[in-house]
Amino acid sequence: MNIEVVVFGVSFVVALGSSIAMLFAKNAVHVALFLVAAQVALALTFLLQGAYFIAAVQIIVYAGAIMVLFLFVVMLLGVDRREALIEPLSGQRTIAVGLGALLAAEIVYVAVKGTEFVIGGRGEDALVTINEDPGNVKALARALFSDYLLPFEATSVLLVVAIVGVMVLARRMGHEGFLRETTEDEGSEGAETDAEVPA
Amino acid sequence: MNAIVDFLGGDIVVTAIVKTVVAFAALLLTTLIVVWAERKVIADMQARIGPNRWGPYGILQTLADGIKLFFKEDFRPRTADKWTFALAPVLAMVPSLLAFAIVPIGDHITIGDRRIDLIVADLNIGILYFLAMGSIGVYGVVLAGWASGSKYPLLGGIRASAQMISYEIALGLSLVPVVLAAGSLSTVDIVAAQAGSVSNVSFFNGVPVLEQIAELFSFVPNWYIWSQWPAFFIFLIAGIAETNRAPFDLPEAETELIAGFHTEYSGIRFALFFLGEYVHVVIISAMAVTLFFGGWGGPKPDFLPWIWPIGWFVFKTGLFVYLFVWLRATMPRLRYDRLMWLGWKRLIPASLVWIMVTAVVNTEGVSRNARLVVFGILFVIVLFWLGKGDPRLTGAVTPQRRRVHGPS
Amino acid sequence: MTTGPTVEPVDASEVARRAQHEAEESFGESEPRLDTEEMILNVGPQHPATHGVFRLLATIDGEKLIHAEPIIGYMHRGYEKLVEQRDYRQITNLVSRMDWLSGINNELPLALALEKLMEIEVPPRATYLRVAMAEMNRILNHLMFFASFGAELGAITPTFYAFREREDIQLALEMATGGRMHFGFFRPGGLKEDVPAGFFDQALKGVRQVIERLNQYEDLLIGNEIFKQRTIDVGVLEKEVAYSYGVSGPIARGSDIDFDVRKDDPYLSYEDFDFEVCSAPNGDCFDRFWVLVHEVAESAKIVEQAIEGMPSGPIMGKVPRVVQAPKGEVYVRTENPLGELGMYLISDGDRTPYRLKIRTPSYSNVSALSHVLKDTYVSDMIAILGSFFFVLGDIDR
Repeated sequence: MNIEVVVFGVSFVVALGSSIAMLFAKNAVHVALFLVAAQVALALTFLLQGAYFIAAVQIIVYAGAIMVLFLFVVMLLGVDRREALIEPLSGQRTIAVGLGALLAAEIVYVAVKGTEFVIGGRGEDALVTINEDPGNVKALARALFSDYLLPFEATSVLLVVAIVGVMVLARRMGHEGFLRETTEDEGSEGAETDAEVPA
Repeated sequence: MNAIVDFLGGDIVVTAIVKTVVAFAALLLTTLIVVWAERKVIADMQARIGPNRWGPYGILQTLADGIKLFFKEDFRPRTADKWTFALAPVLAMVPSLLAFAIVPIGDHITIGDRRIDLIVADLNIGILYFLAMGSIGVYGVVLAGWASGSKYPLLGGIRASAQMISYEIALGLSLVPVVLAAGSLSTVDIVAAQAGSVSNVSFFNGVPVLEQIAELFSFVPNWYIWSQWPAFFIFLIAGIAETNRAPFDLPEAETELIAGFHTEYSGIRFALFFLGEYVHVVIISAMAVTLFFGGWGGPKPDFLPWIWPIGWFVFKTGLFVYLFVWLRATMPRLRYDRLMWLGWKRLIPASLVWIMVTAVVNTEGVSRNARLVVFGILFVIVLFWLGKGDPRLTGAVTPQRRRVHGPS
Repeated sequence: MTTGPTVEPVDASEVARRAQHEAEESFGESEPRLDTEEMILNVGPQHPATHGVFRLLATIDGEKLIHAEPIIGYMHRGYEKLVEQRDYRQITNLVSRMDWLSGINNELPLALALEKLMEIEVPPRATYLRVAMAEMNRILNHLMFFASFGAELGAITPTFYAFREREDIQLALEMATGGRMHFGFFRPGGLKEDVPAGFFDQALKGVRQVIERLNQYEDLLIGNEIFKQRTIDVGVLEKEVAYSYGVSGPIARGSDIDFDVRKDDPYLSYEDFDFEVCSAPNGDCFDRFWVLVHEVAESAKIVEQAIEGMPSGPIMGKVPRVVQAPKGEVYVRTENPLGELGMYLISDGDRTPYRLKIRTPSYSNVSALSHVLKDTYVSDMIAILGSFFFVLGDIDR
């Protein structure tokens, strides 16, 4: 029993507890906040494992960027209860249950197989040795930009496509006045006064 | 005692805890002094006297204010969201404090046979940790705006989230070239990379005139401000925007949104926001020093060798804090759309270009001609940029007429 | 836009939006659009940018101001009715409290109206002193707005500089009148008393300091890039609109209306002095502020000339013991720091006026706000409010 176990226990409880609380919270902002708490707790467990880079990225990307945008949208647009209950995809629940079961099976499989399955089968202390020799970030960078270069670049292309798509959509809305500040050229005043404001 | 030490994981952890406590206390004390110093300096700039009642030169004024705020009624509007309202000030304050962990404030001291580095934690992801804490800090402001259940704070919160997300990107991108140049994400390594003199750098080697010029300046320390000045300016602007201070203090613009996101806060909760802002100022200043001004580096006489680095660090950080204060006394507030324009259309593209330049020039085996080409292209871009500018500002000087008419 | 946990959105527009949304959905061909809700924001009556109990009912969509309606009347004190119950000496001190930043300029038209009605000859020294003091008061007023406009845009320093400059002039006026805001110094027929020794020196000192330092302030604020961005092309008041709302003073001159009562319908001895009327062509916040600042220099010039050419002699004309205007009506207009101040005095020969209609500049100027504020940003709203130099007491009386 040492402090690492205590920290792990706390972050484990926080991650699980806030995930469950997230499901039952009524307020959209509270839901987002519980999700943030779960992600920070997860980052903490990554840190305990010695996966520093992933811990930092977990916080910067998920807790810091994506969830803030979630909050922003929730605050700005306001998801009231009536809209939240409409399910645009039919059969959504069935698919969700199926995918959930699949994920659970994967987790069980990995847990049974043990650590050899992770970190290229280099055993329990693999991260510790990697952290000492080339360093966490360097090892990760080397792997990303050599062995996994194609998937990495493919992912970035995917993201660019998403960004372009959003730009196109936002542009079209721009005529009605939404997102004008960021899409209008140089934010010029003249065009804004002409544009019609949605009622 | 030994059992506790063992439980905590040995001497290293105990040292870390001691360091944390000391750093925390030092940071809070610094913040108190910074608040007082700001009031004094601004008062001087504005032909006033400033606080002068409590202690010599009013130095205890902040303490008195803190005590007053502590005993004030902690008021919460009926429409506020109870828990979020209480959580927000904490979230505004804590990440700024935590970020200080990766700032090296000095070299190292030796107690007995133990070497103690003057940094709370030398993480090999130091820069990322700093950015992570910055991104958590957004929550404090956003949640405060939302949870108050009132209109002006909500507007402030929306402004804050948009502003901080936008400028976080520029802030992060401005750090990439530094990381590229130093070859490490650790702040200790970055400070170490800035040791020595400018002439040691092989940056200009092989470029005829520049090489000789570099030789002349051998007394100048090899700080990243010289080679990475565009990154520095982007970092500084984005850093000021991150702290929500003038001229980027839109989220709390007092003449527009009363007090923005903390309109409904009073007492100790307001004090947390207030302290958080000043801690943030100190952190951004300290990071600017660490990344671009050689950290604790400086001349080191034999007398008490360990205290000089700390002195240099405090001195340089103080200069940046002064800059923050100076800007606040000088600048009007930017408008929201201009702020977004500056962040997205100027700072982010500029930092992307600069990352490319650094990546090309810093790669080993780049020939002299390649370097010259890169510099040439950069020069043209800068000229183009300066010449183009903001369309509304180039024609900014409106023609003015004064007419005389009257008696005769 | 939802506002926090329990603040409800605007009901009417919400219902309309829903209806429209459903209608669009039933057609199934509408453009995809994001729903935004408008929010009603009460700027004031207690707000740092409104200089008092002025309220702006603003409909905003995010940072955008769709519609704004100025609501006045929180400070109405019924002066026009009150003066019918007071004799003329008392009225002097009442009207001084309308525009509390320029007390002397408010007393002036009343004195002029009575002198016109009672046919009193005012000695030249009194006239010159009146000009000097009115212009000093104008400088005080303009510096105050210089200070507040900077503060509203977030520049905190100009405030303190302007107050430092005000102090010397303020002192001079205090020496003569004993008051700092409500002077009560002008009487029908002349002045309350002659100015004390040292008044001219003090006044010249203050005025020359203002002239000297004005350039610095121009560099500090008007030359600032951010200031330009915040004010140029913001809140444009077109010339025709300014005419139709009866806008006057620096605001009208900022909209290319080249009108100044001191030049176009001279009173006192303004013909004797060499000064210019500042006007600017664009009608935006920048031009209004530019005119305001440059008028300070012109006023300072007038004060210097008046003091240098100060005649000697009595300061009071021949006035009967009891001020009692003969039966008749008279309209007098003067150039108040904020615009044209008119007083229409009807007397039925009594000790009190039968009716005193006061045309205050701020009242007309503020009525143009709703037009200018349409389709601007929230930050622009503050710049526009600040550049519509108004005093609440002057609006509501």
